[in-house]
This record gives sequence, C-alpha cells and structure tokens, in this order.
Amino acid sequence: MNFDFSDDQKLLRDQARKFLFDKCDRKSVRTILDDDQLHYHKELWSQISEMGWTGTAIPEEYGGLGLGMLELCVIAEELGRSLAPTPFSSSIYLFAEFIKNYGTKDQKKKFLPSIASGEKIGTFALSETNGTPKPSNVKTEYSSEKINGYKSPVSDGETADYLIIAANSDNKGNRNSLSLYIIDLHQDGVSKTSLETIDPTRPACSMKFENVKAELLGEQGMAWDMIENIFNRAAVLYSFEQVGGAQVSLDEAKKYSMERFAFGRQIGSFQALKHKMADMYVKIELARSNAYYGAWALSTDSNELPVAAAGARVSASDAFNYAAKENIQIHGGVGFTWDYDCHLFYRRSKLLSLNIGSTRQWKENLISNLEKRNIV
Amino acid sequence: MDFNDSQQEAAFRKEARDFLEANAEKRSIISDKPNDKSPQIAVAGAPETVKGGKEAAQEALERAKVWQKKKAEAGFAAILWPKDFGGYGGSPIQQVIYSQEEHDYLVPSGYFEIGIGMLGPTMMVWGKDEDKKRYLPKMITGEEIWCQLFSEPSAGSDLAGIKMKAEKDGDEWVLNGQKVWTSGAHFADYGMIVARSDPTALKHKGLTYFYLDMKTPGIEVRPIKQISGTSNFNEVFFNDVRIPDSQRLGGEGEGWKVALTTLMNERLAVGDPPGLDFDQIFEATKELEVEDGLAIKNSEVRQKMADWYVQSRGLQYTKFRSITALSKGQTPGPELSISKLVTASKMQDVSAYALELMDSAGMVHHDQNPVLKNLFQNGYFFSAAMRIAGGTDEVLRNIIAERVLGLPQDDRADKKVPFNELPSGKN
Repeated sequence: MNFDFSDDQKLLRDQARKFLFDKCDRKSVRTILDDDQLHYHKELWSQISEMGWTGTAIPEEYGGLGLGMLELCVIAEELGRSLAPTPFSSSIYLFAEFIKNYGTKDQKKKFLPSIASGEKIGTFALSETNGTPKPSNVKTEYSSEKINGYKSPVSDGETADYLIIAANSDNKGNRNSLSLYIIDLHQDGVSKTSLETIDPTRPACSMKFENVKAELLGEQGMAWDMIENIFNRAAVLYSFEQVGGAQVSLDEAKKYSMERFAFGRQIGSFQALKHKMADMYVKIELARSNAYYGAWALSTDSNELPVAAAGARVSASDAFNYAAKENIQIHGGVGFTWDYDCHLFYRRSKLLSLNIGSTRQWKENLISNLEKRNIV
Repeated sequence: MDFNDSQQEAAFRKEARDFLEANAEKRSIISDKPNDKSPQIAVAGAPETVKGGKEAAQEALERAKVWQKKKAEAGFAAILWPKDFGGYGGSPIQQVIYSQEEHDYLVPSGYFEIGIGMLGPTMMVWGKDEDKKRYLPKMITGEEIWCQLFSEPSAGSDLAGIKMKAEKDGDEWVLNGQKVWTSGAHFADYGMIVARSDPTALKHKGLTYFYLDMKTPGIEVRPIKQISGTSNFNEVFFNDVRIPDSQRLGGEGEGWKVALTTLMNERLAVGDPPGLDFDQIFEATKELEVEDGLAIKNSEVRQKMADWYVQSRGLQYTKFRSITALSKGQTPGPELSISKLVTASKMQDVSAYALELMDSAGMVHHDQNPVLKNLFQNGYFFSAAMRIAGGTDEVLRNIIAERVLGLPQDDRADKKVPFNELPSGKN
C-alpha cells in the first residue's frame, strides 16, 4: 500500500508553500478584501501562472505541464492555506476541466493554451435562483445559436474571459433538456453586475445574456451528467483547499493560545481550549484522509470517484467550518475584529462549503451514490 | 497512490487468509445468529459477552483457548514478538494485515490481547531471562492468561495516584489494597500490578511494579456488573498478599517507568473493534420503516448517515496513511490517538439513533428480539463504557492536545508535594 504523495509531489508542495508564504501574505490577501474594485490579485496570478501552476494538469500539447491531478491536489492545499485571492479554482478546477474532459480537439486547442498560461480566465455558471440548482430551475435558454437568460452568482465572473453555461436546449425543463455552452464574455449582450460576497477575496457577479453567441460543449442534453462529473472532480480539489485552510486555522488558534495569558497562565493550558483544538485536529485528520482517498479516485479515474469526492467534500467542509469558527472563539474579542485574520478564514470556510453545492447537498449525493454502488 | 500489497505483503496476506478460511467462520454485517451478542465489540481484555452463567462462560473460555492454540501454531498469535519467545518475528505491517483479515471472521477475542499486547512486551523489557523463558511462550499459546492490575477506585485517569500498599518484609513484599476495572481477572492465571512502595515520595516516584500468580493467597476477585448487565471487569482485593522480591519488574520506586512500557503498548493492543459502525446502520435503514417509508429514503436520516460515513471512512483511510508510514519504516502518524475517540462516540450516536428509528420497538432488549438482533441496544450500552475504558474521551483529547499539538500541560497541584500530603477528598 502506498497511500501518500510521492517525494516529487511533496517537493512541489514545499516549493509552493514557500512561494506563497513570500508572495501571498495576509497583506496581499487584504488588498483584495479592502478594495471593492479589485477582484483578484493580478501580480500573484501572473506569478503562479508563470510557474506553470495553472497548467499543472493540462496536457503538454495544449500548453500545460502535463502533470497529474495529484499535483493539482498538492497545489490546491497550498492555495487554501494561503487564502490566495485568485480565480484559480473557477478557471482551473472548473473551466479547464470541462474543456479537457468534454471539449472537441478544436475547442481544446482554442481554449486550453491561454487558460494554461493564465492569460485568460474561465469560469462556470449554473445557478439562477435561491436554493439547490436543479434542471427545473434553469431558465436560461439556447435557441437559434444564441443564449438568453440570467445567472447568479457567477464566481469570478467579473474577471472571466470565458464562461461555460448551463442552458435549456429544449423547453421541456427536464434533466435532458440541459446542455452546456461556451461563451466568450467579451461580446455585446453580456452584462455583469458585481455582487458582494461573504468572502470578498472570492468575488462573484450576476450576469445577463441577451442574444449572446455560444458554442456547444459536449453532447446536447448531457449537461447534468457532465456537471456532476466535473463537480466531483472539483470537489476533491476544493477539499484540499479546505483542509489547507482548516490546518492554518488550527495552527493560528494554537499559536495565539500559547502567547495569550489569562488568570496567570497560557490560555492554551486550559482544557476547555485544548479539547476544542483536539477536536479541530481530529476533524482535520479525518478530512485529510478523506481528501487523500478522493485524490486517489480522481487520479486513477476510479468509479469510486462519486462516493470518494462526496466523502472528501463533506468531511473537508465540516473540518474547515469548525476550525474557522472555533479559531475566532479561541481568540476571544480580538477574534471578531477586522484587524485580526480570523475572519478571513471564517469567510473563506463558509464560501468554500457553498460554491459547488452546499454540504447538505453533498451529503445527499454521498448517500445516493452509496445506494447506487450497492445496486451495482 | 495505490492500495496494492507488495509481493511480500500479498504472500503474507494469503497465508493469513488461508489460515482463517480453514479455521474460522465469516462474520456477516448484522449477525443472524439468535442471541449472538458478539457483533458487539471487544476492547482489549473485555471478552465478548457470554450469556448463560458460569458454565457457558467456562465453555467460551475453553473455545477461546482452543482457537488461540491453533492461531499460535500457525504463527499468527504474536506476530510482533521475537521468535525466541515463540513469536513470528514479523513487522508491524504484517500485524496490520493479519488484523485486517481476522476482522472479517467471528473469532474469540478479549482474552489474550492484554497479555500479548501489553504485559508480554513489558516483561521482555524489564523481566529476567528465566522469567521470559518460563512465561512468555505460554502467554502466546493461551495456556496461561494474564491480567493488568492498574486502576483503583481513586486512580483512573490519574493512574499514578494509586494507593495499593506494597511493604517490604525481608525477601518478600506484602500487598494490601484494592484494584478495579481489571478485565479478565476472573479467569486470569497471572497478573501484573503497580503498587505504592513509598508514600512519602512524589506521586510518580514511590511506585514499584510486580507480577504475581492470581492464585496467591489473599487475592479475592469480584466481578462488576456493568450497565449492559454483563461482567467483563472485576474488583480485585488484596489482603496481606505476600509475593517474593524476585517477582519485581524494574527497581524499587521505578514502577511508573515500567508502567509506561505497558501503557505505551496499550494503544497498539486495543485493536480495530469489529461491530457497530456506518455499515450496520446503513443495513438497518434499509429494513426499518419510518413515517414516510423506509428509513434510508428519509432525508434527515440520509444527512446523519453521511456524517457517520465520513467519520468511519476517514478513520479507515487514516489507518491506510499509518500503514503506508509503517511499510516505509516510518513511525505512524495520528491514527492511534484519534481512533478510539472517534469510534466510541460514533458508536454511541449510531446506536441511539438506530433505536430512535425503531421507535417504540427500540425499547425491547429481549433475548429473542427479532429486530436487528439487539445489535443497537447492545451498542447503546457498550459504547457508554467504550468512551471511558482505555482512556476517557477527555484524557485522549488531552493527549492529542499535549503530545500531538504541543499545547502546555495543565496546571497541576500534585507536582511538588509528597504523595501522602496530597489532598484526596473523601478517599
């Protein structure tokens, strides 16, 4: 059994950690938090693109490094640790994965090289209303080669050049009515409205489409299957980001509890706090192990992926949400000030557990996939 | 990343599997044997519950001894022990592989783990050569069973607070006092005991460690009836029990150091408990009906099941990470410290929730209970004990906080004060 990352992958992790420690400190994260006009950290984005991170899992023939999904998992964890304010996940876990897995050769040639180089940014749009996205509440339509409709929220929509969108290709409103289309966002008929989010370092907007040109991605009527598969793949990557963020939340809680004195002793010597941190640790280790299993399923194209991805997602959301909120608690009063960094993790943890379907949705996915697996 | 055995590991696994297939019966997810309480869980030294009084218990013990002898002859009884003492001379990874395979079979458990897992290794470190030769091989074959006499009524989590008196009288020691929670004392042939030889010394400094024959005059064993109605643990009373100084392990006043050898092995000995987990409640929800149909179709049920699934598999995959570390010759990571903490509470939650799903039928805990064979009723009681035995949830959290995370120790009132001057409440 070898249930661990390889030495090369660990080396990549160390390099990424060091790089982000230098280039993505909290001050850089806050430049995006504090300025409504900034949607991502451009300098950081171009640096990580130059290093090839954006092309990690994109084949060499399309301008990527041609490494595997495990390498991308390693980078995801580091991006999560550093709270990197970039559109990496939208462009790489979602847009690039859709094109890579379902694009024609021509589409791959057309889109992947500029995504791999970081020159262009892509994202994905599904939801239109409150609540769980499902085929019946997608109203956006594709007819006569044009898209009309509305999407909200679209993560990284403001900065995106390309969009993959779920739209009805017939008017029956069922699962097989939906198809995916690629849109070049630099055209007339696309209008964007910025939305404030619970984590402004991960921005979103709403988008309106009026007679917008679009090309089909994958098979017509197969959107839902494609979305499920790409969300499963992305869930594993996001779970690594979440584990990274959770670990730093615990590290910072621990550090503070050892520096801060009350009643004549380090507050980290009080059992009430120690037990909280022990619980954080347990949740993080379980989440890390579930994420590893997801990484294995992802990297081997295993048919375990739907179960493994949902397990990773549920566990990682639980760990990060818990670690982030209890980090504030351990800091006491200063924990809920703007100046201390606790809220950056609190914001990010909740955002990450909502962006590709809520935790409750993923719990439902998990059980329904377990039922399917049992039948097979 | 892969889950494949190395060639050597695969060969060992086959050896183990062949042995088990030939000698034991496979375990089903929910046992369909009437009255079979065995899918419940054996902590080290707490054998599966036997109903039917002394005779049945004696029969179960004999069966266990027969099984242990077979296992020993095949070499699997003490995989980690050196060959000199009758062990297999194997590696931790081989122990893990055997345990994984045995997990799928209904075999007696709870009789020999404490000896082989904890007390034998203590004797290997601290015993004289003639003792090792005399006692260790029979520990493996199950001919002689050992128990661990550590906890006392006023010393559980705070183990070093024991009061059992050990007074020297010539070449002998005289023991007076009481031990409690002693698993298997009622069938054990020998025991290892830690006692206070100098009450005027600091708490950890005044202890001495011995082994003894459980038939020594003055020892009285009384079973404790537990919450489950069964008895796996005992109180053991010592009334002027005389043992020779030659049965001392380690120096006078060195007892805590020796006890730590035993306790360090405890985490390895408390194995992977079979029994009540996600898989059992998943099966149960396919049978149980709630107001809107089968429980498995109810969305609240599904939400809860997902939580237990990720805990259960999270532990399993954490174990895979440890196995990987072991097979690379590294020290395993966090698995040992989090496993029981998560498992015990999960079992308690799963059991309580399954009873909820049964609705009023959940009240029934009758021998002939047709609903899921009492599995969850048993788990409901057993899990309450499991959260305490072998380190309470709170002690385990302290261990994680202090030893894994490096947080400061608690402020302690007992550090610089001689033991006999420490406040001790009404005891």
